[in-house]
Amino acid sequence: MNVWQLPRIRKNAFAIWHRNLLVWKRLIGPAMVLNFGEPTLYLLGLGFGLGFFIGEMGDMPYIAFLASGIVASSAMTTASFEGMYSVFTRMVPQRTYEAIMATPTDIDDILAGEMLWCATKSLISAVAILIVAFFLDVVHGWQVIFVIPVVFLIGLCFAGPAIVMSSLASNYDFFNYYFVLVITPMFIVSGVFYPVSTLPELMQTAVQFLPLPHAVALTRPLVTGQELTQPVLHLTVLAVYAVVSYYIAVVMVRKKLLI
Amino acid sequence: MNNTDPIITAKQLEKHYGDYVAVAGIDFTIPRGKCFGFLGPNGAGKTTTLRMLLGLTPFSSGELSVFDMPIPDRSREIRARIGTVPQADNLDPDFTIVENLRMYARYFGLKLDAALEQRIDTLLDFASLTERRNARTDTLSGGMQRRLTIARALINDPDLIILDEPTTGLDPQARHVIWSRLNELRDQGKTLLLTTHYMEEAERLCDELVIMDHGKILDQGSPAELIKRHVEPEVIELRGCDKETVNAVRSKVTDCRMEHLGNSLYCYTHDSGPQLEYLRSEHDLTFMHRPAGLEDVFLKLTGRELRD
Ligand SMILES: Nc1ncnc2c1ncn2[C@@H]1O[C@H](COP(=O)(O)OP(=O)(O)OP(=O)(O)O)[C@@H](O)[C@H]1O
Ligand SMILES: [Mg+2]
Repeated sequence: MNVWQLPRIRKNAFAIWHRNLLVWKRLIGPAMVLNFGEPTLYLLGLGFGLGFFIGEMGDMPYIAFLASGIVASSAMTTASFEGMYSVFTRMVPQRTYEAIMATPTDIDDILAGEMLWCATKSLISAVAILIVAFFLDVVHGWQVIFVIPVVFLIGLCFAGPAIVMSSLASNYDFFNYYFVLVITPMFIVSGVFYPVSTLPELMQTAVQFLPLPHAVALTRPLVTGQELTQPVLHLTVLAVYAVVSYYIAVVMVRKKLLI
Repeated sequence: MNNTDPIITAKQLEKHYGDYVAVAGIDFTIPRGKCFGFLGPNGAGKTTTLRMLLGLTPFSSGELSVFDMPIPDRSREIRARIGTVPQADNLDPDFTIVENLRMYARYFGLKLDAALEQRIDTLLDFASLTERRNARTDTLSGGMQRRLTIARALINDPDLIILDEPTTGLDPQARHVIWSRLNELRDQGKTLLLTTHYMEEAERLCDELVIMDHGKILDQGSPAELIKRHVEPEVIELRGCDKETVNAVRSKVTDCRMEHLGNSLYCYTHDSGPQLEYLRSEHDLTFMHRPAGLEDVFLKLTGRELRD
């Protein structure tokens, strides 16, 4: 079989999603502590603490600015963690994929299911943040409901590259490179903590090629009730990242496992 | 497709890893409803061949069809009708026994309904695991894990069951249990395809087998045919021989083919009368007189040196 062949996704992908959901449900306690605890600490500590000195940013209280950005960045980190540590565990040491590949569920389905699951976890973490933000009086307006499909798309967009990293990794330490060289810098320059418009001009152009600024540009207005600008552009960038990275991930994993 | 058509046909099947030839152009056909064996030493290419049959290892050249469908084009459909027991167990450690079976059914696209639960109960009973149904898989013994893997391979009611060294690493009791289960499956009309390097297993289970080494098929036939074709019917085996004894016996015992392996001496013959007479007269020799078996064929065809 040609590894470059375009993937075909069947309903078997949902079996993978279902598998992961069942395992997650078993560990729901610690998962929830992490999902609610982390944003609460961030928002209280940074939002109120730093906010005291900063006051307003981007026409809103700093805590609202931060919360609406963290919804996007947390979707990014959640999907990245799941797509690396968990996917790698199932792909290599646990040999779960090997067992699945002996059935009609193939790599195309497995990775589609994994991406759906990563996005589901992104969604769960974003909803937890929204709930915390709601109690901090940051959420304004009914349009916040659209954050849900948006964070799902953000999850897909970061799950693909993370799975590509899993296919390249020979052990867990490899993921440090991706976090230190890609995820963390992107977290810092993408408008989560301060507006992209305060970056030097050249940087402002450069960051438009990254997915996270587009994600923040969608979640911030949707959470705080400001007006959306260029939503089609932002959604398209995220979708292109998701689709292209899925295809690359499928090719890479085929090369790794079909030997 | 009628019942005498082969279930698998391979023509000039080859697999290279770089310059290394793992499978060197093999031809075989596997009959329906029988137990077919691949017997070969470590590194012979058995697992590689099985993976090619499942469409999991792309082959370098040749043709392969299963259920009259070509691989790799229709691998997915083919896998829907195969049950697989891999060389090393890969049960899902995040799940219990019964959840492992349920999830595996999902991967085959089966519905989780009452009929499936019924099927799972039957399989647990078949694998003698009913009592442990809610145990985590990492708490199971090697024999139980293997039985669960076999039960898992049956979840889709496959026509063909592929088993890669089903009893390696198990104790004798566990092996006997698995052999009896595999015999039951064959009696139900399933086609079994297994690899092994246990001669006893091959002789007990396989209706027909191939002997493989260095990626090539050395011969194919029923155990009895292979024995008849390659070795004399009787063997006298002397154990614990030092060099002197070997030389002494070699000079006295004639009219037989001798093989020397480790500190055992094998003497293959059509009529053991004269040799036995001599050996009985030498009281300090311990020997065993037995009919020739598959092991003798195997050693003759694949040589006696250590592998790997
Ligand atoms: N991915 C791979 N890359 C390179 N060589 C490989 C690969 N997989 C298998 N081989 C080589 O191909 C040969 C055949 O391997 P295979 O696993 O098919 O043997 P086997 O008959 O199943 O042996 P065993 O009884 O040890 O399981 C071996 O020499 C092995 O080292
Ligand atoms: Mg093997």
